Amino acid sequence: MPEEGMEDNKGREERPKWNNKAEYLLTCIGFAVGVGNVWRFPYLCQIYGGGAFLIPYLIALVFQGLPLLYLELAIGQRLRMGSIGVWNSISPYLGGVGVASMVVSFCVSLFYNTIVAWVLWYLFNSFQDPLPWSQCPLNHNNTGYVKECVESTPVNYFWYRQTLNITPNMETSGSLQWWLVVSLATAWSIIYICFIRGIETIGKAVYVTATFPYLVLTIFLVRALTLPGSSEGLIYLFTPDVSPLSNPQVWLDAATQIFFSLSVAFGGLISFSSYNSQKNNCERDAVLVGVINSATSIYASIPIFAILGFKAHTNYVTCLNGNILALTNEFDISDMNITVENYEQWFDSLNGTHPSRVSDLNLKTCDLQTFLDQSASGTGLAFIVFTEAVISMPGSQVWAVLFFIMLFSLGLSSMFGNLEGILTPLHDLKLVPKWMPNELFTAIICLVLFLMALIFCLGSGNYWLEIFNSYVGSVPFLIIAFFEIIAVAYIYGIGRFSDDLEFMTGHRPNIFWKVCWLVISPLMLFVVLVAYVAVQAQTHPTYAAWNPDYVNFPDTEVLPYPDWVFAICVLLSSVPVISIPLVAIYRLICCMSGRHSKGSLHNDPNPYANEGYVVES
Amino acid sequence: MEEGCMINSNFLGISLFMRCLRMLVRILVLLYLAGAPALAQTLCQPNASNGCRVRISIKTALGNQAYEWNENEMFLFRATMAFAMRRYYKTETYNVDNIIMCNQTLRVSFWFVVTSPENSTMLIPKADVEKAVRMSRHRINNAFLLTDRTLEFLGIHPTLAAPVNPDTPPWLIVFGVVIGAVFAGIIALLVSSLLQKRRKEKGMMEDGQDEEDRQMKGVENDNVLDGIYNRGFTDDDRFTKL
Repeated sequence: MPEEGMEDNKGREERPKWNNKAEYLLTCIGFAVGVGNVWRFPYLCQIYGGGAFLIPYLIALVFQGLPLLYLELAIGQRLRMGSIGVWNSISPYLGGVGVASMVVSFCVSLFYNTIVAWVLWYLFNSFQDPLPWSQCPLNHNNTGYVKECVESTPVNYFWYRQTLNITPNMETSGSLQWWLVVSLATAWSIIYICFIRGIETIGKAVYVTATFPYLVLTIFLVRALTLPGSSEGLIYLFTPDVSPLSNPQVWLDAATQIFFSLSVAFGGLISFSSYNSQKNNCERDAVLVGVINSATSIYASIPIFAILGFKAHTNYVTCLNGNILALTNEFDISDMNITVENYEQWFDSLNGTHPSRVSDLNLKTCDLQTFLDQSASGTGLAFIVFTEAVISMPGSQVWAVLFFIMLFSLGLSSMFGNLEGILTPLHDLKLVPKWMPNELFTAIICLVLFLMALIFCLGSGNYWLEIFNSYVGSVPFLIIAFFEIIAVAYIYGIGRFSDDLEFMTGHRPNIFWKVCWLVISPLMLFVVLVAYVAVQAQTHPTYAAWNPDYVNFPDTEVLPYPDWVFAICVLLSSVPVISIPLVAIYRLICCMSGRHSKGSLHNDPNPYANEGYVVES
Repeated sequence: MEEGCMINSNFLGISLFMRCLRMLVRILVLLYLAGAPALAQTLCQPNASNGCRVRISIKTALGNQAYEWNENEMFLFRATMAFAMRRYYKTETYNVDNIIMCNQTLRVSFWFVVTSPENSTMLIPKADVEKAVRMSRHRINNAFLLTDRTLEFLGIHPTLAAPVNPDTPPWLIVFGVVIGAVFAGIIALLVSSLLQKRRKEKGMMEDGQDEEDRQMKGVENDNVLDGIYNRGFTDDDRFTKL
C-alpha cells in the first residue's frame, strides 16, 4: 500500500491543502446547500402533502444520497485528483465519466451564476425607498400607470419587464439588457476574487457564505412568527396528508430533489476531498454533510412558509377590504362599521334585504385557502412571491436586503463547487501551460464563462435558462451518477474499495454501505432515470411565456418549443454524457493497438495510481 | 285750535304710513328668510348637474384619533371650499354662504353646490369647481387631516404621485461601491501574490546549490518547481567529493 508521504515526493505539484477541517466541511456544506434548499424543497413539501413528504425524502436520502456522497468523498480523498484523473485511474475505459462531469459542471456554472446575477440586481435595488417593485411606474404623459403593470401586479412587472425585459416568445431574441450584463459581470468578479488563490481564498470565503444563510433564516424565522397569518402558513405546510404518497411522481420528485440537492456527480465534491489528507474519516464527513443539507432544507421551509402564510393573510384582508369598501359606499353605512370580523353578518343581512344591489357590486369571493394554495418555486418564489410579502412587512428594505444577501451567499458557495469541478480536472490533465500562473488561468476560465453566459442576458434569456435548468441539470447527472456507482462497485471492486476505506477511516464499511453500493443505489438510480425520462417523453415540452398581448394576460401563455430549440434541448442532454461511450471506445481502440505494438497489458495513462506499485521503505 | 288738529291729523297719517311700511318690511324679511333655504334647497340636489359629491372616511384615515363629523366640521368644509374658490378666481368675493350642502348621510357623504357671489341663484359650473378643488386639494386635505383617498370628491381622480427621478439610479450607486471593492481586492491579491513569488524566486536564486535538497524535501504551497523528481537520479558528487 503506497505510503502517504511518498505521494508528495513523486515530484508533481504539491497539492494544495485545506487549512483546517472546518474549512473543508463548510465548503462541502456550502456546495450542497444552495438556493434549491430554499426555493424548491418548501414547494415540494407544499404540493405533496406537507409533513408526509418527509417520508420519501428521508428514504431517498438514506438509500441514495448518503451512499453516493460517501463514495465521491472517498474516491476523491483516496486518489487525490479531480474528477477526470480519478475516473481515469479507476478504469481507463470509464474516463469519460470525468469528462462528462466537467462538461456538465461547465454548463451548470453558466446558468447558475446568471441566477446569482439576478439576485445581485435585486439586492442593488433593495437600497431605495420605496422599493421599486412596490408600485407601478407612471406612463409617458403622467396620466396614469403603465398598462402592463396595472393588468398584472407591480411585482410581476418589475420582474418580467424591468429586470428581464422578457420577449413574448423564444423566437424573438431581443437585445442584451445592459443592467443584467453589469450584474453578471459583478457576479463573475466576485467569484473570481474568491477563486484567486484556489482553496486558500475559498476556505476564507466559506466562513461567511456558508454560515450567513443560517443567521438570516433564523432572523426571518423570529420575524415571521410575529406576523399575522404565519401560523396558518405553518399549519398548512406541516399538516401531513399521506394520500399523495401513492402517486409515484412524489417518489420520483423526492429522489431527484435529494440527488440534485446534494450536488453529487458535479465533480466538485471529488475535487474538494482530493485536497484532504488521506487519513481523514470521510464516512463521518459524508453523513454530516448529507444530514446537514436535509436539515437545512427543513429548517428553511419554516420561515418561508410562515412568510407565505403572512402573504396569504394580507391578500385575504386586502380582498375583504375591497368588498367592505364597495358595500360601505353603496349603502352609505358609517365608516368602519363593517370590519373584517363582522363582514359575514353584514353581507348576509344586506344580501337578504337588497340582493339585486349587492349582486350588481360584483364582489370578489375571498377565501384564505385559495390564497394559501398559490404556490411557487424557483425564481417565482424568490422574485415574485417573496418580494410581494416583503413589501407588506414594516421595514421592507431591511428584509429585502437580508433575503437577497442570503440567496447570494447560498448561490456563491454552490458556485465554488461548480467552478472547482471545471478547474481541478483541467489542472490535473496538465492542460494548463507551465508559464501561465493559476490566477491567469482562473481569470481566463471566468471570462470565457461570462461571455458565454451573455445569452442569458438577452430578452429571451429566461427561457433559455429554463431549458438549461431542465435539460442539463437533470438527466446527465443521473446518468453520470449511475456510471459512477457501477464503476466503483463493480469495475473497481467493492473489495478493493473497502480496503481503501479501511486505510483512510480505520475500519471497513459496514454491511449497510456495501448493500447500498452494490444493489440499492444503482437500482434506485436506474429506476429514477428511466421514470424521469419516461415522464418527460410523454408530454410535448412547452414553456410559459410572458406575453402582454395575450388574451388571458396576466396568465402566462403556454407555447410549445420550436423544433430547433427542441433539437438544442436534446443536444444539451446528450452531449455531456456522450463522452462516456466515446472515451470507452477510444481507449478500447488504443488498447487493442497498444497490445499489438507494445505488448503491455495496462494502458493506464496515470502510472502513479497503479495499485500494484509498492514502495519498500 | 284748528291748526293743532290739522297738525295732529297729518302726524297720525305719517305714523300710520310708517307702521305699514315696517310691517311690510317685516313680512318681506320673513318671506325672504323662509324662502331662502327653500331656494337653496332647490339649487342643491343629489345628481344635480353642477353638484359635486363628497365622501369622507375619517375612521379609516385616523383610526383612534378620529374626530366626530358635526355642524362645525361642515362649517369648516364650507369655509375651505370658499377659500378654494377665492384662490382659483383670485377674488375675495366668495363667502361661506356661497357653498350650499345637502343630502348628508351617515357614511359620511354629501352633495354641495357653489353659487356665484353676484347672483345667488346662479351656480358655478361643475368643471370650474373641479379645477378649483384640484388646485387647492392639498390644502383642503390638510384642513381635515385626510388624504386624497379618504376625502373623495367623486369625479375628481386622486392626483398621482409625481415620479421621483433621482439623478443617478440608487442601484448604480450600490453597484459602483461593490464593484469598486471587488476590483480593489482583486488587484491587491494579485499584487501580493506577485510580490510573494518574486521574493521566493530571489530567495531561491541566492542558495542555488541547495536546489537538489529542495527538490528532495518537496515544495511549499505556492511555489511550483518544474521538473519531475527522478528517483533514479542521485547526486553522487556530494558523497564522493573529498
